[in-house]
Amino acid sequence: MAKFAKKPKPLPQISTASLPDIVFMLLFFFMVTTTMREQDILVENRIPKASQLKKLEKKSLVSYVFVGKPKDVAKYGGEPRIQLNDALVDPKQIPLWVAQEKDKLDEAERDKITISLKVDVEAKMGVVSDVKEQLREANALKVNYSSGKIIE
Amino acid sequence: MAKKKQRPIPEINASSMADIAFLLLIFFLVTTTIASDKGLAILLPPKKQDDVQVKLKDRNVFTVLLNSNSQLLVEEELMDINNIKEEAKKFISNPTKNEKLSESPLEAVVSLKTDRGTKYEAYIRVMDELKKAYNELRAEHMGVTLQKFLELENDPKQLEDKEAEIVKKYEAAKEAIPYRLSEAEPTKVGG
Repeated sequence: MAKFAKKPKPLPQISTASLPDIVFMLLFFFMVTTTMREQDILVENRIPKASQLKKLEKKSLVSYVFVGKPKDVAKYGGEPRIQLNDALVDPKQIPLWVAQEKDKLDEAERDKITISLKVDVEAKMGVVSDVKEQLREANALKVNYSSGKIIE
Repeated sequence: MAKKKQRPIPEINASSMADIAFLLLIFFLVTTTIASDKGLAILLPPKKQDDVQVKLKDRNVFTVLLNSNSQLLVEEELMDINNIKEEAKKFISNPTKNEKLSESPLEAVVSLKTDRGTKYEAYIRVMDELKKAYNELRAEHMGVTLQKFLELENDPKQLEDKEAEIVKKYEAAKEAIPYRLSEAEPTKVGG
C-alpha cells in the first residue's frame, strides 16, 4: 500500500456570492407574474364561502362585477351598489359594459364570456337579481358566483 | 502637509445582500394575493321570450322558498338549511318510488325562489347545498367519492380525454342526472 498520509484538508468555503442573484431572480419572477390589482374596489367585498366550487378556466374570458355596500358611504349612500371597472353604476348600464367587454375578446370567443360576480355577503338578493336580469338582457349567460372554499 | 498613504479600498461585505433580497421576496409573497378565481357556476336562461310555457307535473318540481329572514320553506314545509341536501337527494333520485317525489332524475326540477330582501350569503348557502345534492348523486352514479368527483370536474385536461373510462362515466352521470335548477323572479316582500 502506498503511504500517502492524507492531510486533513480544510473544507472549502462555499461561495454565497451568487445567492443574492438567485433570490433577486425569484423576486423578479414573482413581481412579473403576479398581477397587481388593476382597479380599486369601491365597495365592500367579502365573498361568501361554499364547497362545490368550479374553477374559472380562462382568465381572459372573465369579466368581474363587484356588488356591495360602498366604502364611501357619505358620497354614494349605504345601499349596495354595482361596480364596473372603476365606477359605481346603475343596473341599466350593464348591457353596454358587457358589449364593451365582448369587444375586447376574439370574435370566436365572444359567446364564451364569463361574468364573475363578486358579491358582498351582506348584499341583498334584490340587487343581485337586477344584475342577473341585465346579464340575460346582454346575452352573457355564463355566470360564476365567486366564493371562497369552506375549510372543514 | 502629511501625505496620506494610498489605502486599499475595503471590500464591501455582500453577505447580507441575500437577507435583504429574501426580505423583499417574502414581502411580495405575502402581500400579493393570488387571485382565488373559484365559485359556483350557473347558467342563466336566455332572454325572456314571449309565451314559452313549460308544463311540469307538480310532483316533479321541488320548490324551495327562501325569505328575507333566511327561513326555508321546502315543499311547503319549514326546514333547516342543514336538511335540505338530504331532502333534495331523496326527491331527485326517489329510490323508494314514492308517489309524491319525482318520477325520475331526468324529470326532476328544483325551483328556487328568493325574496329581494334575502341575504346573498343565505342564497349562496342554499345554492351550494343544492349543488352538493346533485354532485353527490352524480358521484354515487359514477361510483366515486364526492372529493374525487370535484377534482375531476375541475380538471379540464383530464376531461379532454374522451376515451378514458372515468370521463365516460362522468358524461354518463351528467346525462342521467341533469342539473336542473330554475330560479324564479324574486318576490318583493322584504326590502
